[in-house]
Amino acid sequence: MQKNNVNRSVWLTILAIIMVVAPFTISGYKVDSLTMLMVNVILAVSFRLITTTGGWSLAHVPMMGVGAYATALISGKLGIPFWFSMPLAGLAAGLTGLSISYPLVRTKDFSFFVASFAAGEAIRLCWIRFKVPFGGHRGLGVPIPELIPGVPALDFSEAIPYYFLTLVVTIICLSLMYRVDNSRIGDSMKAVQSQEALAKSVGINADGYKMLAFSIGSFFAGIAGVLLAHRLWAIEPHQFGFTTTLYLLVWVVFGGSHTFAGPVIGVVVLTILGEVLRPLADWVPMVYGIIIILTLIFLPDGLESLPSRLRSSAGKIWKIRISFGN
Amino acid sequence: MEFLWQTILNGLMTSSFYALIAVGLSLVFGVMHIVNFAHGEFYMIGAYTVWVLFALLHWPFFIAVGAAIVIVGLLGLVSERLIFRHAHGNVLSGFIMSVGLVFILQVAVVEIWGVGKMKPVPAAFPQILNIGGVSTSWQRFIVLPATIILLWALWYFLAKFRVGRGLRASAQDPEAAALYGISPKKSAAVAMLLGSAMAGAAGAFMAPIMSVHPYMGHSVVWTAFVVVIVGGAGNIKGTILAALIFGFLTTIITTLLDSTIANLVNTLVMLVILAIRPQGVAGHAEE
Repeated sequence: MQKNNVNRSVWLTILAIIMVVAPFTISGYKVDSLTMLMVNVILAVSFRLITTTGGWSLAHVPMMGVGAYATALISGKLGIPFWFSMPLAGLAAGLTGLSISYPLVRTKDFSFFVASFAAGEAIRLCWIRFKVPFGGHRGLGVPIPELIPGVPALDFSEAIPYYFLTLVVTIICLSLMYRVDNSRIGDSMKAVQSQEALAKSVGINADGYKMLAFSIGSFFAGIAGVLLAHRLWAIEPHQFGFTTTLYLLVWVVFGGSHTFAGPVIGVVVLTILGEVLRPLADWVPMVYGIIIILTLIFLPDGLESLPSRLRSSAGKIWKIRISFGN
Repeated sequence: MEFLWQTILNGLMTSSFYALIAVGLSLVFGVMHIVNFAHGEFYMIGAYTVWVLFALLHWPFFIAVGAAIVIVGLLGLVSERLIFRHAHGNVLSGFIMSVGLVFILQVAVVEIWGVGKMKPVPAAFPQILNIGGVSTSWQRFIVLPATIILLWALWYFLAKFRVGRGLRASAQDPEAAALYGISPKKSAAVAMLLGSAMAGAAGAFMAPIMSVHPYMGHSVVWTAFVVVIVGGAGNIKGTILAALIFGFLTTIITTLLDSTIANLVNTLVMLVILAIRPQGVAGHAEE
């Protein structure tokens, strides 16, 4: 156990050094890709938080959109500084999540997919239909964040400063979600998923925990949306459409959702694959489709289960050899 | 008065389209427990088949429709054999697999026929139909009798044929059905064949009315899901009832306001129904 912790802190330190040094060694385009990758990591990890209670919400990307639209309205239309609009926008997404989770937690499986999908689409339709204040199909402009309002200190329209802003927010979000995941609350959420009846019988409020997970997940999705919006400077309903949701599902299923690291691995590996296949960009969705089907057939617990699978199959081979030896 | 009759006619036509697309989805869910998101893509391929055979090769319309039904049905059969069988009734895996299939089919269609150009399908029956002062085109009207015939055929198959009855038995209790010699795998394959064929039929009949493009399945599959959920997943009678409810609701709101509001209202109605009756309007509460 002690050794494991040391190992992990060594790896985290190496990762931190790479993340700090990397942006100075690569082109501006790649720095922005890394920024987007971190946004997607927050999205995927917050999605996994909801799945720990068993709900695979299809409204998660629209929740990210709620955060993006909220910050566009709060910081753009009302002129409130970025540092306040970010948590407020997260809160807006969290509250939206709370309100739609009420009908959602009463549903299961098929109904949950469809209801969450429909709830997300309803939110998106509102952005399209109500041109005031959401701007319809053309969307909204988002201002560039300022370190101290009115003082030109750090230029967040540049790729590298924004990268570090995103890095700091990502680290904060991930450590908060990690804390939740390993707390009593996180354990109760997992209990709700694996043994709902048993969890209820020992006095765990199953629906309450599902709604809590949904709200916390939506809050962090909203934060991811804020980071996305302030980098793109403009948002439109199309960005938060179903295609993005499908990608999110593929990331999390491919990486695996049992461990905290699973979704992160999924996002990182598939993003790198997407970059490698950039010349064949049209074919990328098909490659994703094939990967996800093969993953579900041959590695249903995702990439995170690969090490233990390899270990156990190696063990089997070893046992077979022994038996042949005898 | 004329407005009322016009609304009833339009409502019936919309409902029959909803029923055609949603019943197949409901059937597949009832038997296999697969939330088949690729149902919309099956619909899209049905429309493309009609575009190729009827608009490009000038085959007779109904033969093109028949070909679309057969092709999409077989596509469903193949996807059951290659993909969905491996979900083993796990709803989440099945759903995500169908998402993968969506990606594959969309890219395939885009790569074969391109995305930019319009795929115009001329009306096979451009004449105007007049019934007591209300009018519509024959092309739109034909969906109504076609749906009635196809649903009747499905009912006849499920009620009178041994395979059809086996299918219903598998949907109710796969283990007990297996004890009576009904293979759940065979039932799953037949359900997928029929369900996909219905999607293909819907796409084929809508091709001259809707615009044919690789992403046309998205909005349709959403509506179909809403209908299935309100009808009670796997419940075909409930699905038809829900199709009628939403067909009329959509028609009335679209006539009075606009289609975006109609979609919004449909969704809210569904969420409210789920909050009150999670098992759907016609479903039975689980014990």
